[in-house]
Amino acid sequence: MRLYATARTAFRALRRNPMRAMLTTLGIVIGVGAVIAMMEIGAGSSATLKKTIASMGANVLVIQPGTASSGGVSFGAGSTTTLTPEDSQAILRECPAIRNATPMVRARTQVVYGNRNWVPNAIYGTTPAYLEVQNWSILAEGEPFSERDVLNGNRVCILGQTLVRELFEGASPLGKDIRIKNIAFRVIGVLTPKGANMMGFDQDDVILAPWTTIKYRVTGASLSTSNQSTDATASTSVNTLSNLYPATHGTLYPEQSAAQQADNPMPVRFANIDSIMAAANNSGEISMAIEQITGVLRERHRIRGDDPDDFNIRNMAELTKTLSTTTTLMTNLLLAVAMISLVVGGVGIMNIMLVSVTERTREIGLRMAVGARGRDILRQFLVEAVVLCLTGGAMGIILGHGGSLLVKFLLHWPVETSPAAIAAAVLVSAGVGIIFGFYPAWKASRLDPIEALRYE
Amino acid sequence: MELIELRSIEKTYQMGDIAVPVLKGISLAIRQGELLALTGSSGSGKSTLMNILGCLDRPSAGEYWLDNQEISKLSSDERAMLRNRKLGFVFQSFNLLARTSAIDNVAMPLSYTAENLSEREARKRAAEMLARVGLADRLGHYPSQLSGGQQQRVAIARALINRPPVLFADEPTGNLDSKTSEEVLQMFERLNTEDGITIIMVTHDPKVAGHAKRVIRMDDGVILADAAPAGSGRETPGGGAP
Repeated sequence: MRLYATARTAFRALRRNPMRAMLTTLGIVIGVGAVIAMMEIGAGSSATLKKTIASMGANVLVIQPGTASSGGVSFGAGSTTTLTPEDSQAILRECPAIRNATPMVRARTQVVYGNRNWVPNAIYGTTPAYLEVQNWSILAEGEPFSERDVLNGNRVCILGQTLVRELFEGASPLGKDIRIKNIAFRVIGVLTPKGANMMGFDQDDVILAPWTTIKYRVTGASLSTSNQSTDATASTSVNTLSNLYPATHGTLYPEQSAAQQADNPMPVRFANIDSIMAAANNSGEISMAIEQITGVLRERHRIRGDDPDDFNIRNMAELTKTLSTTTTLMTNLLLAVAMISLVVGGVGIMNIMLVSVTERTREIGLRMAVGARGRDILRQFLVEAVVLCLTGGAMGIILGHGGSLLVKFLLHWPVETSPAAIAAAVLVSAGVGIIFGFYPAWKASRLDPIEALRYE
Repeated sequence: MELIELRSIEKTYQMGDIAVPVLKGISLAIRQGELLALTGSSGSGKSTLMNILGCLDRPSAGEYWLDNQEISKLSSDERAMLRNRKLGFVFQSFNLLARTSAIDNVAMPLSYTAENLSEREARKRAAEMLARVGLADRLGHYPSQLSGGQQQRVAIARALINRPPVLFADEPTGNLDSKTSEEVLQMFERLNTEDGITIIMVTHDPKVAGHAKRVIRMDDGVILADAAPAGSGRETPGGGAP
């Protein structure tokens, strides 16, 4: 007996009692509908959650120069001067798992506006890409500086909220000039508030400026990393105590004469930077990104074979873990609820199929008398249950999708259509039909034709 | 050549510890084209014999040859195929599928046939069958819209859809009034004479048995009397003495 004919027979059998068929599938309709709606709403929430956690920097990798050591004394991460802005560009260009990368120069010094001053947590010299890497592209006011500002070393900056509060007492700083180490910077943008990060570091206590400006004008050293502890902490020319407590140190080595310099030319290195910040495409590709960056940098830095890296890469492993745990938890929760409703629906199907088998005992007997084998009967009832479940599943998909759309438009919850959930719902409802339809169908196929024919 | 041959068929039902013999060694031969009535009081074993003849049940002992094939040892699937191809059944209570049109009722056995006729062919054959039993204008009617006689004729069309050589009728007129009973019996006679279909009727109604060419009376699991059609010259092969 062909499947098509069986399906037709099943449809015909169900059409004989449409009301009961409807009520039977109601369990599956509600179950699948709930699954679809929950999956779509859940996927929306999960996506939002992911975005939120990603904005905390889950995808961000920080590449720092490696450690320098002298006579067995290590100076800690970042103490060599091996990273260049070109490394940053190379990473962006050659690592497919990297979405964006930006060079970073860090300074920590006094900032003055009018009669107020403040030492921000960090003054970052960077490129506009920094905002994208940190998911911080939307500014509260003004606009970000441009690549041209970076190339020209323009004195422009973007302020964090804490600085706006401390220097401007909440007034708009746009177009005003602040002084960093006696260099005037025009404020062209204000960052949106971000609050403290996981370590309690106030992320709003920050100034962003082109890295060229910070490097060459503020820290004023092109060949050494700006080690904040040794650097000037205030604008020396203003600080009247600077003679008593000099912030600059004496030179360790005697100055070279012009002839000496000509004899021993330093290798030409135009700039080195403190670190590179890169963003992976998504949290799943972080380990791949680390591998690719390592490859690129080892090649660029000409590190041979087994020699150790002259840089190290940090990621936000904790955040990434939180992200994946949260997502898995959400999915599992939804799955559990979905399973329960589908099992309830399946039991309903089994119940009605059992009733149907009893009710149609004579029909089964007759079919056997005219030549139906046990497996024909089994197949007929199985197909009937599956048809019932699939019809219910289709209705459930429509219901669930409609419900989630309703939620989207009425409650403005984030909703994401999930084709995977729809495919799963179809498969699961067919599966429920087979699993819960099997026992009644098996019972029907084991009937004795003589007794079935005599059944009243 | 005999179409059906039974050799000392026995059937015993096991009721807990007690064995209840229902058929006690039945031997019987039925030729192609016979119109035969199986009569006897209730409990005589005629229904059990009918079930064995109809391959719905297996004998406890003995041999059953149908169309030169030993049937009693076949598996249930093989017997189902055999029923589909070689046997037709007509029941007292018609056993038509409710809320299913006459033509679909008639075509139903075809869906279990190995040949796998297409939907169109199956309906065409069903329509021909219905026309043969005089219901050409009732193809789309549901059983509830048909009279008892018409329903029984739909059942006969269904039994004949696979052109079986043997037709079993279990009290075919039990639910019909005398006029429609007569119609149905005449149809059996016509099928028997015109198409040569062997018909075996189970009945306790002597009027129905009167239409048969051969009447077998059963009592208590043995054949009491076998009024063989005149001229055959065969004696009672039954195990019981009259």
